Amino acid sequence: MKRRKFDLAATPGKAAVGVDDRFQVATPLRRLLNKVFPDHWSFLLGEIALFSFIVLLLTGVFLTFFYEPAMTEVVYDGSYAPLQGTPMSAAYASSLDLSFDVRGGLVMRQMHHWAALLFMAAIVVHMLRVFFTGAFRKPRETNWIIGSLLFWVGFLAGFTGYSLPDDGLSGTGLRIASAIMLSIPVIGSWLTSSIFGGEFPGTIIISRFFIAHVLLIPGLLLALISAHLGLVFKQKHTQWPGPGRTNGNVVGERMFPRYALKQGGFFMVVFGVIALLGGLFQINPIWLFGPYEAWVVSAASQPDWYVMFLDGSTRLMPAWQINIPIGDGYVIPPLFWPTVVLPGILVGLSTMYPFLEARHLKDRKSHNLLQRPRDVPARTAVGAMAVAFYIVLTLSGANDVIADKFQISLNAMTWAGRVGLLIAPPLAYYITYRLCLGLQQHDREVLAHGVETGIIRRLPDGRFVEVHQPLSAANGHADGHGELDYVGWVVPKKMNRLGALGPAVRGFFYPIEKPVEAPVSPGHPPVEPRGERAEIGSGETRH
Amino acid sequence: MSTHTEHQAPQGREPLDVNDPRLTRFDIVREGARRDDIEIVHYEPQVLPGTKAERRLTRVVAGFFLITGLAATAFLAIYIWWPWQYAPGRGGDKFYTPLLGATLGIALLAVGFGILTWGKKLLPKEVSIQDRHEGAVDADGRTITGQTMLYMADELGVKRRPLLGISLLAGLAPVAAVAAAPLVGGLISQPHKNNQMFTTGFATPEGGQRIRLVREDGRPVRPADISTGGQLTVFPGIEHGVSNRHADSPTLLIHLRDSDAQESRRANERVGHGDYMWGNYAAFSKICTHAGCPASLFEQQTNRLLCPCHQSQFLITDNARPVFGPASRRLPQLPIEVDSEGFFVAKSDYTETVGPDFWERP
Repeated sequence: MKRRKFDLAATPGKAAVGVDDRFQVATPLRRLLNKVFPDHWSFLLGEIALFSFIVLLLTGVFLTFFYEPAMTEVVYDGSYAPLQGTPMSAAYASSLDLSFDVRGGLVMRQMHHWAALLFMAAIVVHMLRVFFTGAFRKPRETNWIIGSLLFWVGFLAGFTGYSLPDDGLSGTGLRIASAIMLSIPVIGSWLTSSIFGGEFPGTIIISRFFIAHVLLIPGLLLALISAHLGLVFKQKHTQWPGPGRTNGNVVGERMFPRYALKQGGFFMVVFGVIALLGGLFQINPIWLFGPYEAWVVSAASQPDWYVMFLDGSTRLMPAWQINIPIGDGYVIPPLFWPTVVLPGILVGLSTMYPFLEARHLKDRKSHNLLQRPRDVPARTAVGAMAVAFYIVLTLSGANDVIADKFQISLNAMTWAGRVGLLIAPPLAYYITYRLCLGLQQHDREVLAHGVETGIIRRLPDGRFVEVHQPLSAANGHADGHGELDYVGWVVPKKMNRLGALGPAVRGFFYPIEKPVEAPVSPGHPPVEPRGERAEIGSGETRH
Repeated sequence: MSTHTEHQAPQGREPLDVNDPRLTRFDIVREGARRDDIEIVHYEPQVLPGTKAERRLTRVVAGFFLITGLAATAFLAIYIWWPWQYAPGRGGDKFYTPLLGATLGIALLAVGFGILTWGKKLLPKEVSIQDRHEGAVDADGRTITGQTMLYMADELGVKRRPLLGISLLAGLAPVAAVAAAPLVGGLISQPHKNNQMFTTGFATPEGGQRIRLVREDGRPVRPADISTGGQLTVFPGIEHGVSNRHADSPTLLIHLRDSDAQESRRANERVGHGDYMWGNYAAFSKICTHAGCPASLFEQQTNRLLCPCHQSQFLITDNARPVFGPASRRLPQLPIEVDSEGFFVAKSDYTETVGPDFWERP
C-alpha cells in the first residue's frame, strides 16, 4: 500500500483553499485587511470605551456566578467579622461574600466598578472630541445619535449596577430614584408602584434590576456598540486635514498588520490599567456602608461620578412646588424638573445638535475632514458652554463635601451653584469665542510673517527688532516673502518645529545608530559634517 | 525594501497578472491594495534587517513578553498560596487584592507595551491612500432599487386591493397589543392598594391599641430616655416595624428645650397641630418630603434638621417648615402622648402624607 506523503508546510495553504472553496472569503478578507485607517491620538478615546466594555462583560460574567439577586432577609455569617449576625438582604450578603469569601472576588468586583467608571469617562471624552472637531456632521449624524444614546444607556447600566449590592449607599440611591419616578405628573405613583411591585422598597426590585443589568441593558449596549462600529467601518473614519488629505480619500495605514497590532496592544494597556485600578485603589467598599435601612444615611453620600450632575441639579433646584387646585388638589413636586425634565432636554438637545447646526449653517454637504476647534468659534463656544453647565452641576453634586473640606457654608455653596449655573455658561461662551479668534489670528500672523526666532537684532538706527523666520520662499512681497494660506491644520510656531533642533541621537547609554545628518534648517546654516571619530586607544594620539 | 510610488489614479490601469513569477510578494500586496482603490504611497522599514537597532528592539519586545510571563506566574502563585481569608486586624490578607491587581496589571501592561513596540517600532511605516467613493452616487443603482421596490408594491397590489392592507392592519394591531398586554398587565400594580401611600406603621388598627414608639432594638421609649435637646429615631411598635417593610415609618422623636418647645407649640397651633406634642417632646417623620432620604442631621443649636442627600433644611421649632434647599413641604408631624405605663404612643397615624411628593397627594 502506498503511503500518502504528509506535507506539513502545505497544510495551511490547503486548508485556506478548502475554506475559500466553501465560503468565498478571499476577496472580502483582502478588503478587510487592506482597509485604511487614519491615525491620530484623539481617535483612540472611543476605543477606551470599547475596551472597558469588553472588560465589563468579562468581569461581569464572573460576578453573576456568585451574586444572588434576592431581597430575602438573611443573617450574615460570612467572614467579615464586624457585620456577623446582622440581618440583611441575600443580595447584600452575597455581595459581601463576593468580597470576602470568594477567592479573588474582590479584585474582580473592583475591576468591574472601575471599568464602568472608565467606560463612562471615555464615552464623555470621546463625545467631546467628536463634538469639537465637527466629526458629527453629515454623513455621520446617525452615529452621533447612537453615541449619545450609548451615554444614557451606560448611565442606566451604571445605576442599575451599583444598586445591586443593596448596601446602605445604593439603597439610598434607589430611594431617590423611586422619588424621581413618583414626581412624574399623573402617572408617577402608578409607574413607581409597578416597577417596585408595590410600595418602596418592596421585595422584587433587586431581581428586576438584576435582569435589566445583566441581560436587557448589556444587550442594548452591545447592539448599539455594534451599530456604532459598523457605521464607522462603513462610512470610513474622518481625518484631519493635511498634505494629500482630501474630503474624498482616507490617508493612513492599512488595518493589518501595524494598525491592528497597535489596537491589540492598546487593548492590553487599557485592560492592564483597569487591573491596576481594581487591585490597588479601593472602590465602593460596600462593607463599610452596612445593609440598606430606610432610616440610616450618612453625610457625603455621593453617587458615581456620571450621576453626580443630576444630584447637583437636584440640590440647586429651588423649592418651587406647583399646586393644581382641581378636585382634591394635585401637585408637581420640585424634584420633577431637575431629574426628569432636565435630562429629557439634554437628550433632545444633544441628539438633535447635528441637525440644528446644519440647518443654521444651511450646510448639506458631506464632511470627512475634521475642523480644528478654533476654526469654528461658535460651535466650540457652545461646547464650552455645555461643559461649564455640566461642571457646575457635577461640583454641586459634591457641594456638601466641598463645604465640609473647605469650611464654607453649605448654603453659600448651594447659592454659588445656583448663580454659577446661570453665569458660568455664558461666560465660558464668551471667553472661548475670544480665545478661538485669538488663536486664529495668531495662525494667520505666523503664516504671513513667519515664526519668532528669539533673535533680537539691532538696526543701524538703534531700533531693536525680532527676526522672524518666514514660512514661504521669497516672491517679492513687501516683507520679502510670500504669504501662505491657512489650510485648517497646525501652523508651526516654534523653530524646533522647522527642524532647528539638532538631530536626535537614538539610544539609551550609547548611540545605536549613526546619527542622521542634520537637516538643513531654514533658521540656521547647514551644520558642518562632524569629523570622523575613532576610538581612543590608550596613550595613542589620533591621526 | 523602501518604496515611494507616485500616487496614481487606479482607473484605467491594467490589472497585474498576479501569477507572474517575476512579481515579488510585495508587488502582489500592492496590487491587492490597488484593487481596493488603495495606493500605498510610502512604505519604509524603520529598522534594517541585521542592524544593531533591530536586535535591540527585538530584545526590548522579548523583554516585555518575559515580564508578562513572570508577572502572570506571580499572579498565579499569589492566587494559590497567599493567605486570602479575611481576618480582623492587619494581616497579610489585606494585601491579597492589591497583589492580584498589581501582578495582573503588570502582566497586561507588559504584553500591551510589547505588542505596541513591535507594531510601532519594528514594523515598516506606511502611508496609504484609500478612495472614499462617496461623492460618486450610484444613480443607476438608486433608480433600479427604487423601481424594484415600487414593482414589488405593484405585485402585492395593495393599491388595487385596499381591503388587503386595511384588514392586515386591523389584524396586526391587536397582535401588537397582545404582545404588550402580559408585560403591562403583569407589571402594573395599583399604588393605592390598602391606601398604602397615605398610611404608615403608626396607623391604629381597627379597635386595636395605639401604637407604641420603639427604638431600633424594639424597646419602647420613656420620656426620661431622651435628654433635653436630644433626639432619637423611633419606629412603630408592630411586627416588622423596624425594617424596610415600613420604610415610611421611621420617625424622629425630639426633646426640645423649654424655650424652643414654647415656640414650637405656638407654631403648631398656627397649623392646627395644637395637641401633637407631648410636653417638650415632638415627633416628625424622618423621611424627607423631597426625595425620601432620611433627614437625619439634627443641629441642636439652631433646631434645624438637615437631609444629607440634597441639603434640604427643616426648622423643627416652626413645625418642620423647609427653610432651605429643594424640599417644598413640611415634614409631617406625628401626634404623640404617653400611655398609662409611661411609654410614648402615637395618638393616631400621621395626618399628612409621609415621604416624597407625588401628583395625587391632596
